[in-house]
Amino acid sequence: MHVTTTISFQSQLPGDRPEVRFKDHHPSLTEREAVLEARRCLYCFDAPCQQACPTSIDIASFIRKISTGNTLAAARTILSANINALSCARVCPTQVLCEGACVYNHRDGSQPPIHIGRLQQFAMEAAYAKNAVASLLGDKRASTGKKIALLGAGPASLACAAELTLRGHQCVILEQRALPGGLNTNGVAPYKMKADVGLLEAEMVLGLGVELRTGVTVGKDVKPEDLLAEYDAVFLGVGLGPDGRLAVPGEELAGIIGAVELIDQVKTRGQPLFEGVAHAVVVGGGNTAIDVARELRGLGVPEVTMVYRRGPEHMSAYAHEQDGARHDGVRFLHWHVPVRFNGEGKVSSLTLARTRLEDGRLRNVPGSEADVPCELVAMAVGQGTLKDLCTAFAGVDFRDGHVVVDPDTGATGNAKVFAGGDVANGGKEVVNATAEGKRAALAMDRMLTGA
Amino acid sequence: MVDLSINLAGIKSPNPFWLASAPPANTGDQVMRAFDHGWGGAVWKTLGDQIVNVTSRFGALDVGGSKVVGFNNIELITDRPLEVNLREITEVKKRYPHHAVVVSLMVETRDEWRDIIKRSEDTGCDGLELNFGCPHGMCERGMGSAVGQEPRVLEEITGWTKEFARTPVLVKLTPNITDVRVPGRAAARAKADGLSLINTIKSIIGVDLDKMVPYPVVGTKSTNGGYCGPAVKPIAMHMVAQLAQDAQVRLPISGIGGISNWRDAAEFMALGATSVQVCTAVMHYGFRIVEDMIDGLSLFLKDKGMNSAMELVGRAVPAFSEWGQLDMNHKVIAHIDELRCIGCDLCHVACRDGSHDCIHFHKEGSAALVAQEEKIRARVGAPPAARIPYVAEDECTGCNLCSLVCPVDGCITMNDVTKNKEFQSWNDRVAQYGSAKAAVENSPRMWKDKH
Repeated sequence: MHVTTTISFQSQLPGDRPEVRFKDHHPSLTEREAVLEARRCLYCFDAPCQQACPTSIDIASFIRKISTGNTLAAARTILSANINALSCARVCPTQVLCEGACVYNHRDGSQPPIHIGRLQQFAMEAAYAKNAVASLLGDKRASTGKKIALLGAGPASLACAAELTLRGHQCVILEQRALPGGLNTNGVAPYKMKADVGLLEAEMVLGLGVELRTGVTVGKDVKPEDLLAEYDAVFLGVGLGPDGRLAVPGEELAGIIGAVELIDQVKTRGQPLFEGVAHAVVVGGGNTAIDVARELRGLGVPEVTMVYRRGPEHMSAYAHEQDGARHDGVRFLHWHVPVRFNGEGKVSSLTLARTRLEDGRLRNVPGSEADVPCELVAMAVGQGTLKDLCTAFAGVDFRDGHVVVDPDTGATGNAKVFAGGDVANGGKEVVNATAEGKRAALAMDRMLTGA
Repeated sequence: MVDLSINLAGIKSPNPFWLASAPPANTGDQVMRAFDHGWGGAVWKTLGDQIVNVTSRFGALDVGGSKVVGFNNIELITDRPLEVNLREITEVKKRYPHHAVVVSLMVETRDEWRDIIKRSEDTGCDGLELNFGCPHGMCERGMGSAVGQEPRVLEEITGWTKEFARTPVLVKLTPNITDVRVPGRAAARAKADGLSLINTIKSIIGVDLDKMVPYPVVGTKSTNGGYCGPAVKPIAMHMVAQLAQDAQVRLPISGIGGISNWRDAAEFMALGATSVQVCTAVMHYGFRIVEDMIDGLSLFLKDKGMNSAMELVGRAVPAFSEWGQLDMNHKVIAHIDELRCIGCDLCHVACRDGSHDCIHFHKEGSAALVAQEEKIRARVGAPPAARIPYVAEDECTGCNLCSLVCPVDGCITMNDVTKNKEFQSWNDRVAQYGSAKAAVENSPRMWKDKH
């Protein structure tokens, strides 16, 4: 177990990790570009972009501040609502959130919506470059003497810990992995954000005085009941479980890898991954499946096929992500499902069956099976849950794949336990995790201070 | 073909577009190049006793991304030897006999005026312009605006020049006075042939907040400059119109102040200017802008059924009146087109905080909101109906503010709802009811107590 307050995790990333080969799809704006873009903003009253932001960033105000050259104040406005603003600027699906709500979408089409994500990125990068983030957050309140344990070092726990720390509480984050940041470090498609950005943001939060203990597995290294006894409150920000599987024959073959695991390798580990892979298959239809497919193409796999058991309209991946994958040369095979993986020790092909709906139920078409050669299969069919870990805290209820929480507070069935992020919402965006982390922090603060 | 030629107090030019006495009219090379581009005339940069300048000399006001909305300078009159200027004026006039070349002059004593007028007219120039307007540098030496601010001195010197001059004399007025009609009447009494206005406005264009020195910075200090450019146009037009209307003036006017295009020129001419003089726009974009001015004015005149530029001169002057002569019975109210509104709600906040709080939203669940939803149902890309505000017609004061801030062309219109078609001015009402108090008491109320 490693106990850390402030340390450079970024230096622990291998310089030759595959993700560094990706071009940045979110290049930084220059100050001139940012000011010009900010000036396009109409500064709407009760702005729809803010209403569409899960963390309710006062977008119109921060953009106005950028337009006047008041960049650090813009960063302060953003940070006051969203501590993970640097990563959110890059990874938020702005097309369906703030930018999707921009009133320019209702005009004559002569101008696109304001590029809010890129403006936020500009302000946050300026604040980080000037090492000003901590000072923008203001002074911490006097210590309350209360201690909170946070499970998982992802965006939800970081947002929760930052808010609690600023309010004078002592926070300890317990993380199973070696690196903090959660999916921001090891799960975001590298063309959107590279691991060092996730780590930079996590380090900023730790720098506020949050203690991080890495390599800790709750339930093994430390018991839930001991945490409940030692701490005044506990926050569950553990995210989702391991990659799911289909339970079809041959799934144990080498060359078949879970999507989240594969992305982690691309982002944080320094080995060549896909030597000799001529054809890779990605099974699944969500945004993670799209990410994997685009990353495989980006890393030079000549042919990448996404296999999905239903049609494009049923895929949970955003339309703009599907378009991006097509643009990157990913092929789509809809209405197919793997029934068998073949190979000796290592996968060399998979057998696909066609599917169709019969009376509303999805069925394989008899006699439609065919073999498709492939050297790599990424399984992006969802992730398991950490139900056992969560319910080990007495009173915590787990239903429909997530911890049951009060929507206003993140409170669970155990008065001392709160939850947020994927473990509480079943798997959403970083911005949702951030909002839920802060939501829980405010509720815990009220509980702990009796306010 | 529309005739753009003009005759201002006997000074003829092929079109009304003249270079103002300023840096673009500093040399023969510049003036000839301007004439080649299409300029109809030029007022040469002011001649007088030779001076030396400082650096730097210019400053600009940028607004919301638009460069040089306002401009100021601390440059003095020409810094070239008088002989050189006179030789070049002679040369220009020889090569361009049909263009207007007016020589701007600024000296002190009667003898100096006699001498410089003779030498100037020996060039073959078409007229003289007396620089009684320059508000920086030269005024400290008792010339420029120092003369323009003293009607008796202005009248006396103008009188001298009329004694000596054979060509028309234009008096260039400073706006740095309380009522421009006073120096205008003084010039008329001295039998000036015409007026040029406005010269620049005393100004500080900005402050270098690092050095704590105003712009333009000259080492460790600065001084007031003369302000010009598009931002001064409204001030200039008002002064032109006042003089055009004044019965004691009755002189042709050369309009100056922020003119950048044909529309600006047309507005000045409609308010009484026979020619227009341009400086800042040329300093920004070069002589070539005159091509748009010529084309634009020709097409405009044709469109309005006018055969010559002279027909436009003064067309809007009768409609410029005192407030007391406006029709009190005229009534407009704002209307928001639901089929164009994009839901930025700038009209709402502008009216609420800046005017009379007459623009509201339909309440959730109200019949009006349902009706609004029905009305926009077919509109592709409509904003949420609840974001489309409405004007409370019984509250609207018809001030125009909402229509001015609305970013969508044609969305907010001001509709004429005049019920009483009888023209009745404030002065009429006072006459009718005997006193201002009685006139107010007998006028319909335009506002409501709301809070």
